[in-house]
Amino acid sequence: MGMLAPGSVGKVGPAIESVGSSVLPRGLGRSYGDSCLNENGYLLSTKWLDKFYGFDPGTGLLKCESGVSLDEILKLFVPRGWFLSVTPGTKFVTVGGAIANDVHGKSHHSTGSFGNSLKQFELLRSDGERFICSRDLNPGLFRATVGGLGLTGVILWAEFALRRIDGPYIEMEAVKFNDIEEFFQLSEESVHGYEHTVSWVDCLSGPGARGIFMRGNNSARQEPDESRRAHGPSRKTMPFDAPPFLLSGPSIRLFNFLHFNLQRKKVHRSCIHYDPFFYPLDGILHWNRLYGKRGFLQWQCAIPKTGKKRALTLILQEVVRGEAGPFLTTLKEFGDKPAEGLLSFPIPGITLALDFPNTGEKLFSFLDRLDRIVADFGGRIYPAKDARMAPGMFSASFSEIENFSGYVDPRLSSSFYRRVGGK
Amino acid sequence: MARPAKILVFGATSAIAFGTAKLFARDGASLYLCARDEEDLKALSADLTVRGAKEVGYSVFNALDKGSIIRAVDDCLKKFPELDGLLIAYGTLPDQGLCETDIEEMRRAVEINFTSPAIILTYIAGHFEKKKQGVIAVISSVAGDRGRQSNYVYGAAKGALTTFLSGLRQRLGKSGVNVITVKPGFVDTPMTAGFKKGLLFVGPDVIAKGIYRAVKTGKSIAYVPWFWRIIMMIIRNIPEKIFIKIKL
Repeated sequence: MGMLAPGSVGKVGPAIESVGSSVLPRGLGRSYGDSCLNENGYLLSTKWLDKFYGFDPGTGLLKCESGVSLDEILKLFVPRGWFLSVTPGTKFVTVGGAIANDVHGKSHHSTGSFGNSLKQFELLRSDGERFICSRDLNPGLFRATVGGLGLTGVILWAEFALRRIDGPYIEMEAVKFNDIEEFFQLSEESVHGYEHTVSWVDCLSGPGARGIFMRGNNSARQEPDESRRAHGPSRKTMPFDAPPFLLSGPSIRLFNFLHFNLQRKKVHRSCIHYDPFFYPLDGILHWNRLYGKRGFLQWQCAIPKTGKKRALTLILQEVVRGEAGPFLTTLKEFGDKPAEGLLSFPIPGITLALDFPNTGEKLFSFLDRLDRIVADFGGRIYPAKDARMAPGMFSASFSEIENFSGYVDPRLSSSFYRRVGGK
Repeated sequence: MARPAKILVFGATSAIAFGTAKLFARDGASLYLCARDEEDLKALSADLTVRGAKEVGYSVFNALDKGSIIRAVDDCLKKFPELDGLLIAYGTLPDQGLCETDIEEMRRAVEINFTSPAIILTYIAGHFEKKKQGVIAVISSVAGDRGRQSNYVYGAAKGALTTFLSGLRQRLGKSGVNVITVKPGFVDTPMTAGFKKGLLFVGPDVIAKGIYRAVKTGKSIAYVPWFWRIIMMIIRNIPEKIFIKIKL
């Protein structure tokens, strides 16, 4: 895999022309699977496309190049009272990556996904043509590029909305629940009163699937000396790969037991900075090393509203029965706002993410079983996290694939796209 | 040392200069940017304005064109008569192999890396001397500390620049102006795109922070990152008899 790193927007086209094999635009490479890889081809890093073009405090619209990271945006705009409309669980992603994966976060039920906050962007095709894309201008290309995994062209810059905040703190509540019925009750009652919701699930404790429901709102709390303070650098670092025993069944069970029981009260209220609230893992550099040398796989699905309870129950049963215990399980209910992209992941319903230590073939066939449940309920697997789904599962996930493939740039490709049946 | 409030930047589109300008923009400084490409300069001005720069101006210049240098400095001083900061951050990394046989390539490398910044410094030194305050930071290189077979043309030009700055520092020090020689090691920038990036490579933002800190603390010679001071001390002290036998 070769690496191209054009020094400015004007050099992107020539960089693609300078090589013979396929090219894939790449931001910070935080996608978990192979959607940010391009074996036998080139990656085109957007690290030097890092300029801001303008900010309008009247509308909150920010225009910047695609290689600008969310980290950089927060550092600059939190002190001025602005925040991202939509943020995923890490701030180490670029604007281009946020569009190409149409990322979502804890605020999905109130704000939709990243594409919903997007006004327009400019796309460079490998034939040198440049298109401004919005809901009105080149809408087909707009819809193909949002969630389009970087395959439709190189996003040069984008314009999207920030939102006003009163300060950098989040007023949050952690509420324990004992089964999924209780989860759905909490979720329903939190849709309107809370901007952010997400749940951690202990799915190895038995059929009940207990967990902790977290919900929060931006806080008006100000501290005179550190008001509107943006986040600092990551302080901790994982210096080496963890030994295998840390990820064995008993260790995972113990971790989950402690996590659930260390919170004594049913409801725990606190006011915390946005950094640990939105980006708990960003605090530890190289956190992925916790999963040891073989790494981990995340399996994230979305399931439509109808049948969400049934599907979730079936999946959790399968997980309890399976030998590969997930280390971390995250559950959230998506809102009804339709996503913008042909391949956007969020749909009205629920999303469940399971993090597994990589145990190879055994885990792969187990995940295939989970895929089948998802497919049966008309759900989908998240390409940004995927490293193993079969081509059939990809086409079952996204009904617009044919339409999408018509917009794919002939010079662009990725390991992921080829694996799931694209060119 | 007071932070400069109005800064002229030559080679503004270089990754290191941009990184440094970002830090001063955040402090609300005014900036005057000079580089080859007008489109890039426009983009940079917009960026630094978003980041908090008070006022931003720019001029197109070409390092090999003395006239364009003089015009750029004049235009800058017209806009910012109170100019109290200067950063010179351009350079070219020539193909050493080519420089060993091609006289013009060799001459070009020396002119861009040494003669051209020396012209800027000669032309603008009087302004700082009269103003009796301010700071001048110029990017030289660890490569200028000792000539090595792998890049001695680049090294010689940067070595000359280091010597020039040493003298200028002594001269302007008497007027309260600080001259900083910045010596970065390996930096991951578009200039080093063709290099395999080993452990010693750092991002341009690391160098930018080093320069920003050197300006604020009134340092005169800044190796960035710091460990290059030790590496170069070792390289400088290898006896010539051994040095000629090894590859570096």
